Amino acid sequence: MARDMSDKDILKMEIEQLQKEVKNTREPVSKTAKELCEFVEAQSAEDPLIKGVPEDKNPFKEKGGCIIT
Amino acid sequence: MCDQTFVAITFGPCDSCSQNKPLMNIYLQNEPVNYCSLCVELMACQGLAKGETVSTLRAESENLKAKLEEERAKLHDVELHQVAEKVETLGQFVIKTRRTLKGHGNKVLCMDWCRDKRRMVSSSQVIMRSAAVCVLQEHAVTMPCTWVMACAYAPSGCVIACGGLDNKCSVYPLSLDKNENLAAKKKSVAMHTNYLSACSFTNSDMQLLTSSGDGTCALWDVESGQLLQSFHGHSADVLSLDLAPSETGNTFVSGGCDKKANVWDMRSGQNIQSFETHESDINSVKYYPSGDAFATGSDDATCRLYDLRADREVAIYSKESIIFGASSVDFSLSGRLLFAGYNDYNINVWDVLKGTRVAILFGHENRVSTVRVSPDGTAFCSGSWDNTLDFNPV
Repeated sequence: MARDMSDKDILKMEIEQLQKEVKNTREPVSKTAKELCEFVEAQSAEDPLIKGVPEDKNPFKEKGGCIIT
Repeated sequence: MCDQTFVAITFGPCDSCSQNKPLMNIYLQNEPVNYCSLCVELMACQGLAKGETVSTLRAESENLKAKLEEERAKLHDVELHQVAEKVETLGQFVIKTRRTLKGHGNKVLCMDWCRDKRRMVSSSQVIMRSAAVCVLQEHAVTMPCTWVMACAYAPSGCVIACGGLDNKCSVYPLSLDKNENLAAKKKSVAMHTNYLSACSFTNSDMQLLTSSGDGTCALWDVESGQLLQSFHGHSADVLSLDLAPSETGNTFVSGGCDKKANVWDMRSGQNIQSFETHESDINSVKYYPSGDAFATGSDDATCRLYDLRADREVAIYSKESIIFGASSVDFSLSGRLLFAGYNDYNINVWDVLKGTRVAILFGHENRVSTVRVSPDGTAFCSGSWDNTLDFNPV
């Protein structure tokens, strides 16, 4: 558990982890950012919080009320 | 006539080497001990050696961190908001609070949506001696512990898990009979050595993932209560976790008081990636809907977006006027909006791609402790220390 570890042990754990991470493969931000944007644009059409939802399909619309004739 | 002071030398067995020598009376950690002078010298050298080791380790750690940053920077050729300039700007975000649920008698600490998109479970703290109340759509379960900090709905909607200061995560099967005593059916699954900060079911009702103040995360089998995998790597309390969306595999992200956000492989228990750019505790982590990124909310008053494939932070959501910590974050269905609840009682809605704030939502009279968007994206719910849950449908 982290709380029971001495400073030395924590540092050793960090160093081991960092050594592993330096070797990770990475992609350029230009590529991944573009893909993020594309994902969002594709999904936005379905996102009710962005496009809104027509009243009749809104599951949370308050039902009932009075109709004055 | 001058005064003469006499030094009385004690002679006897040394507390450390047991040889009969002249002793020095020293204090170690407030305890008086008698060591011979040789042992005192040795001890002093030992202290030096240890000091050296810790500082050389620290230097090595700093070096590695710098090297990692260098590697990451090589691929940082453009900013997210630059790429996002081509994306259409959002229209004005308008939402009205439709319902405030006041069932809790105390601060709402956590909430979760059921996959049926209609029901929610939320938890709170009770001032009275030994009970916390967990409310489910007017269904209340009394629990024998204060501060229920984590709660989660199982995918089937038939079971809920919760825990907190009792260091455990327990599961409760739900039934339609409102009068049934649910507390009697409680089953303890997870055991940590410190408070439970977050819990989540994996894709089935059978496995539970937990994070704790003891600095670890753990995967448990619900039926047997057995520990399947434990995740070590944080150097302080882990405050939050989130599972990757099912299509992208068996990983999860955790954030903690050591300012780090770690991505883990659930099967091997390995820490795959870690990010340390926040300046204070990370209170909340949440995967982006595509699974390729995640957002964090922190006490340093910023929320940040980390891209997993580029292996770096790609956006910071902050304003000079926001000085209070963000306690909870969640994405809208498409990932275009980030809802973040803050300790200044407000919820800020951010445009994830452009990095700008699109709306501030007022309505709570105390810290916002939790913000969750419903599974179908048609509503979001915020829980607060003002004892209410604000439910905001589209």
